[in-house]
Amino acid sequence: MAPPPRTAVTGPGPTALASAPVRPSRTPSVRAADRRPRGRWLSPAAVNAALGLAVLYTLLPLVWLVTAATKDAGGLLAGDALSFEGFDLSGNLSRLASEGGGIYFRWYANSLLYAGVGAALCALICVAAGYAFDKYRFPGKEKLFGVVLLGVLVPTTALALPLYLLASRTGLVNTYWSVLVPVLVNPFGVYLARVFSAGYIPDEALEAARIDGAGELRVFWSIGLRMVAPGLVTVFLFQFTAIWNNFFLPLVMLSDQRLFPVSLGLYAWNGNAHGEPSFYPLVVTGSLLAVVPLIIAFVTLQRHWKAGLAAGSVR
Amino acid sequence: MNAKARAVTVLLTPFFALFAVVMVLPVGYAVWLSLFTEQQSGLGFGGTHTVFSGLGNYAAALGDHAFRDGFLVLLGYCALYLPLLLAGALTLALLLDSALARARRVFQLALFLPHAVPGIIAALIWVYLYTPQLSPVVAALESGGAGVDFLSPAGALPSVVNIALWEWLGYNMVIFYAALQAVDRSVIEAATVDGAGAWRVATGIKIPLIRSSLVMVALFTVIGSLQLFTEPLILNQGSGSAVTSSWTPNMYAYTAAFARNDYGLAAASSVLLALVAALLSFAVTRLSGRSARPGRSPRPGRRLPAAPRTPLTHPVPSRTPLAHPDASPAPLAHPKGRP
Repeated sequence: MAPPPRTAVTGPGPTALASAPVRPSRTPSVRAADRRPRGRWLSPAAVNAALGLAVLYTLLPLVWLVTAATKDAGGLLAGDALSFEGFDLSGNLSRLASEGGGIYFRWYANSLLYAGVGAALCALICVAAGYAFDKYRFPGKEKLFGVVLLGVLVPTTALALPLYLLASRTGLVNTYWSVLVPVLVNPFGVYLARVFSAGYIPDEALEAARIDGAGELRVFWSIGLRMVAPGLVTVFLFQFTAIWNNFFLPLVMLSDQRLFPVSLGLYAWNGNAHGEPSFYPLVVTGSLLAVVPLIIAFVTLQRHWKAGLAAGSVR
Repeated sequence: MNAKARAVTVLLTPFFALFAVVMVLPVGYAVWLSLFTEQQSGLGFGGTHTVFSGLGNYAAALGDHAFRDGFLVLLGYCALYLPLLLAGALTLALLLDSALARARRVFQLALFLPHAVPGIIAALIWVYLYTPQLSPVVAALESGGAGVDFLSPAGALPSVVNIALWEWLGYNMVIFYAALQAVDRSVIEAATVDGAGAWRVATGIKIPLIRSSLVMVALFTVIGSLQLFTEPLILNQGSGSAVTSSWTPNMYAYTAAFARNDYGLAAASSVLLALVAALLSFAVTRLSGRSARPGRSPRPGRRLPAAPRTPLTHPVPSRTPLAHPDASPAPLAHPKGRP
């Protein structure tokens, strides 16, 4: 469900009707057409053509990724990548599955693990904290929330090196934990969750449950969490993307190839490709497969990411 | 402790415990580490030992050309990237918000999609599109008589800017578009009735009304730019590009830690980078004159006139965010290492 198309723009709003009583008999759509600017620059064709050009810029590299993934090394190096010449998608896929003993799909499973488990736990933690900030009053609340907001501003790659040094001191470096634990924290998720909690959970619903004798945590678990579910999905989606795309943290933490997420594995293969061009099709096909889950998520969950972005922009 | 206080404790503890471990502790540890340096002992037989060096690492970083040049690169990067991104995203949002655009949902989705592509993969795609043997773009430009060398020293900066622009243009466009949708339509109607054309409405009404969104996007773009790492790293990875291994301060810190094993220097340069980011955010939040904090009542006269005009099916209350998704969806890092 996406936002319903706004009709107020093409039809006159109440203000316009009130201030233009001269031609009350004409239908709204005709009057709207009259008011439409007629300059050369702002014709519908020009506006939509400009938007179309921008779409070409954003989509052509992705189209290239699709066509390039169907080519063997020879076809790729011959250029002209926007055609399907030298079609060898199945060959690429089987080489992808066999290279390094099928390590690519191990990376893929790792990415699913890091992003799936990490985002689910992170969303739950954020929503719990956001709910507490929204629904309870306690001393020092706004100060504490200010700390969360400061956390949003911390340049996070600056944390990766110290985290690595901490992890190597505690022996956690080069383990699943070293990548999984840091991604459980997202201060912005807490901020979003607070906004969503205020928007989705009416206090009356909680009060009713309390009167029925439910404990505070039970109220959160069975009423609050259920009502804020769309917000939970939004936080999950953003965190899933962030973890799937995360590169710097695994780069510093992991040295064992079997623990790599896809992003890091592709980086390693790309390093090989300059000496050994047969890696090019592997990197390209591997990249395509790594992009697919996110594209599907963003296409199917449109209202969730739009809500997340709007919560930050509408003030 | 009563039941409510207990509930608050239980709900907040997981977040703040992790927050302390993965955000506060590392910052403190980085500052601590930056005060020490490794020294060869004696004749170099006894290995190394760590000695306190005060601000020595900071002096070493600031005294190093490569580190300072990294900030110059960032300056040039921001000077090129920020105007292009803001103007591009704003123009697209205004076009989409105008009455003339068709198929808004499709345009919005298509423009946003690059954001779903991991930064490392975006960089790989573009590096392949820059590489003469692989690229249809370079071939097309050459056959058109305009040979462009994306990997030359002069081409390095625009090449990186282009990758970042591709990743973030649609994302920020959606933010501006959401803000535009929240503008009170009656204000626009009134101006239109008074004879203002689409251009006047855009520059005179819409842009001033979403100024705070512009400031926030600019702030988070600059903070993101300070952490520039992934895209130049891929360009550096044997593509024959002019991007060096210490091209940006972040790359400098990474190289110091993993190629030179100088953790003190790496920590000092990380701390310096974080300081610059903190100063910038402080300056911008001060300049834009808001100490916004959810829960605080808005100052009269400084608000946008509109309650959100339900741009979304989500009932997002228009409290006062200081933050903004650009900063955010970071697990530990920005989704894409923040171009």
